Amino acid sequence: MTDHHSDIDSLSGKSTTGHEWDGIKELNTPLPRWWVITFYLTIFWAIGYWIVYPAWPLISSNTTGVFGYSSRADVAVELANLEKIRGDKMVALGAASLADIEKDPALLALARAKGKTVFGDNCAPCHGSGAAGAKGYPNLNDDDWLWGGTLDQIMQTIQFGARSGHAKAHEGQMLAFGKDGVLKPDEIVTVANYVRALSGLSMRTGYDPARGQKIFAENCVACHGDGGKGNQELGAPDLTDKIWLYGSDEAILIETISQGRAGVMPAWEGRLDLATIKAMAVYVHSLGGGK
Amino acid sequence: MNKTVNPKDVISGNDNGPLYAARKKVYPQSVSGTFRRIRWGLMAFCLSVYYFLPFVRWNRGLGAPSQAVLIDLPNSRFYFFFIELWPQEVYYFTGLLIVAAVALFLMNSIGGRIWCGYLCPQTVWTDLFYAVERLIEGDRRERMKKDASTDPMKLERISEIVLKHSIWLLIAWWTGGAWVLYFNDAPTLVKELVTFQGPMIAYIWIGILTATTYLLAGYMREQVCTYMCPWPRIQAALTDEWALNVTYRYDRGEKRTSVKKAAELRALGQQVGDCVDCYQCVAVCPTGIDIRNGPQMECIQCGLCIDACDNVMSKIGRPKRLIGYDNDINIHRRQEGKAPIYRIVRARTIVYGAIIAVVGGFMIYTLATRRLLDINVLHDRNPVAVKLSDGSIRNAYTVRLLNKSGYDRVIAIDANGPVNATVHVVGVDSVTPDRPMIVIPRDTTSELRLLVTAPAENNPEKSIPVHFHVMDIGLGVAASTTDNFVSP
Repeated sequence: MTDHHSDIDSLSGKSTTGHEWDGIKELNTPLPRWWVITFYLTIFWAIGYWIVYPAWPLISSNTTGVFGYSSRADVAVELANLEKIRGDKMVALGAASLADIEKDPALLALARAKGKTVFGDNCAPCHGSGAAGAKGYPNLNDDDWLWGGTLDQIMQTIQFGARSGHAKAHEGQMLAFGKDGVLKPDEIVTVANYVRALSGLSMRTGYDPARGQKIFAENCVACHGDGGKGNQELGAPDLTDKIWLYGSDEAILIETISQGRAGVMPAWEGRLDLATIKAMAVYVHSLGGGK
Repeated sequence: MNKTVNPKDVISGNDNGPLYAARKKVYPQSVSGTFRRIRWGLMAFCLSVYYFLPFVRWNRGLGAPSQAVLIDLPNSRFYFFFIELWPQEVYYFTGLLIVAAVALFLMNSIGGRIWCGYLCPQTVWTDLFYAVERLIEGDRRERMKKDASTDPMKLERISEIVLKHSIWLLIAWWTGGAWVLYFNDAPTLVKELVTFQGPMIAYIWIGILTATTYLLAGYMREQVCTYMCPWPRIQAALTDEWALNVTYRYDRGEKRTSVKKAAELRALGQQVGDCVDCYQCVAVCPTGIDIRNGPQMECIQCGLCIDACDNVMSKIGRPKRLIGYDNDINIHRRQEGKAPIYRIVRARTIVYGAIIAVVGGFMIYTLATRRLLDINVLHDRNPVAVKLSDGSIRNAYTVRLLNKSGYDRVIAIDANGPVNATVHVVGVDSVTPDRPMIVIPRDTTSELRLLVTAPAENNPEKSIPVHFHVMDIGLGVAASTTDNFVSP
C-alpha cells in the first residue's frame, strides 16, 4: 500500500510487501488474478443475493427480498398441491362402490395403499401392524369373521364398531355365566370340555358328554347355534373351527364362560371420512381372508 | 563432503518458484503428415458418432422407442441398438467401465497416451477449436503477432475475433444440443427445441454443455490435461520400459546445431547430432512443451512433433523419425549398436488383454443368456403365517413379475412345496385351479399378492421350501425362485 512496494529482496530478487519483522521481510506473492476475480465475483453475488432473497435479520422479522421468496411458503404450496392431487383421487374413491373399487385396478391400488397407511395409524395398536391380531383382537388375515367378512360387512364393522356405543354398532356379548350365577362351577367345566370337543380338542377324563350337550343346549345355543357354528349377527364365534380369539385351553374357556367377553371395536365414523373407511375396508378385505 | 552452500543456489532451485504459474498461451503451428492425417480422421469419426448417433433409428416394434441409442430416464430404460437395460442391470455399466479402464491401461502399455492424443473429447474439441482459430486468424506467427499487437483494433481484427467466437459458440452449442438428444427422441426433440417448446431442462443442459465446451476447448485447452485430468499422473505410474511413447531419440547424437555448422564441426571430426534445433517440434505442440526434454506429464502424445520433425528431416536429407514412438530400451540398444526390439506382446499386455476378454466375455454371455422373464418373491413378514378356520395354514407372498420382452405375456404361476397346497392370486379368478394365470404387459413389472394355503396335518414341519415357477404359456419361457412356507 506504500512506496515500500518497490522494495526488492536482494536474495530472491522478488519484490516484498514492505512488512518487516526482525529484519525478515515478507515476499510479495500475489494471488492469481483468476482467484481474485472469482473472489470479487462472489462478493458481488452475495450483494445481489441480499437484495433478491431474505437475508438480514431485523428486530422482529427479517428482510424479505424483492422476490418475496420463502421456503415455508413453498412448502405450504407443495402441501396444498399434494392435498389437491390426493383430494381428487379420494373423491373418486369415496364416490365408487366397494365392489367397483375392487374391480378397478387403479382404485384398488390406491385403496390398498391408503388403507395400509391408515391401518398403521389407527388399527395397528390393537390388530398389529400386519393385522395379525392378538389375544382378544381378531387376526384380520384369516377367514374367520365374528361380524362377517364380506366387503360390506367389514365396512360396517369399521364404520360403526362393535359394542362401541354408536347407535348402529354391532351389539351382543358373551354373558358371564359363572359370575351371574347361571351356571355352577362344575357345569362350567363340563360345558367348557364340551366346547373343546366340538372342534376336536382333547377332553378331561371323567367328563360327561351328554351332560355337556345338555348344558350347551340350554344355555349357549341361543347365540352360538345348534352345532356351535356361531352367529355373525350377534358376533357369536364359530366354536367348531380352529381359531380361538382368547385361546382354547380349558382354563381360558372356563374364564370366558364364567366372566363373559365383550371386546370393543371402536366406531370410526366421524373420526375418518367415508373414503378413508372404504379404503381401509378394501385393504382389510384384500389381506387374504375376505369373503 | 562439507561443501559451502550458497543460499542463492538453494533459493533458485526448482521447487522454490511461485506456487501459481500464469498460463503461457500456446500457439500451435499447423503441420501435415501421417499423424496429423490420423488425427483428422479420428476427429471426423468421433465427432460424427457423437453428433449423429442420436438420429440413428432402430425398430423395436410399436410403442417402444425407435432410437438406436437412448437413455430414457423417465421410464428408467437404456436402449443400445438390440440391447435394452433396466435399472437393476446397471452392473453392465460397471463391466463396461472396467473394460474401458483396462483398455486405457492396455493402450498405455502398447502406445502410451493414445487416448489423450487422439480420442479424448478434450483433445478432439480443442483440436477442432484450434482449426477454427487457424482458419480465421492465421497460423502461429500471425496469431502471436495479432495477440501481441498494441495498436488500436481495426474493424478487420474485430470482425475476426467476433467470427472466431461465433463459430466456437456454434460448435459448442451443437455439442450441447447433441448431448440432450441422447435422452429423448431426437427428431421430436429437435422439432420442439427449434419451435421453443422443448422442456426447460433440455435448454438448461444445452446451456451448460455449450458453456463447458466453449471454455474447455476455447480457453482452458491443455490446462485441462495438465492440471485437471488425473490420467497423466496415473499413466506415469502405469507405464513400463517397453511401452512405446512419443520420444526424442537422443541416440541420434548431440549436439544440436544448424546444418551448416554441423557440416563444419563434422569436418573437424567433432560429434554432432541430427537435430538442427529448429524448434518445429515445439512450435506445433498443442501443449507448448519441448519433447526433446524427455517424457513429460504435459505431453498428450498426439504425434504432431513427429510430423513436424519428419518434414524437416526429409528436407535436409537426414533419416526420418528423430522423434517417434519408441522407448529407452531401444535407444540404449541402438547406442550399443544392437537392433531395436519391440515387445508388444508381454506379460502386462497379455494380462490386460485377458482381463478385457474375461470381463467382456462374461458381459456378452450374461447379456445373451439374460432372462426376459423373471420373478422375485418376498414373504410376508407380519404375519408370517395365518391359521385358517379349518386349521390349514396360509402364507402370503408379494410376487413381482418382470417382463423385459417387447410383447405382452400370459403367465401361469405354480407354487410347489407343501403337500396339497392351493395357490391363489388376490384379485384373479383363475379358470385353472391352483395355477393362476395373469397377463403382464410388455416391458413392465407386475406386483401380485399370492396366497399359498396348505393343510397343517400334511405339512408338520415348521418351514418347507416352496418353489415358485412362472411360465409364459405362449412361448414356454420360464423363470423360478424359491422361498419358504412357514407354519406358526
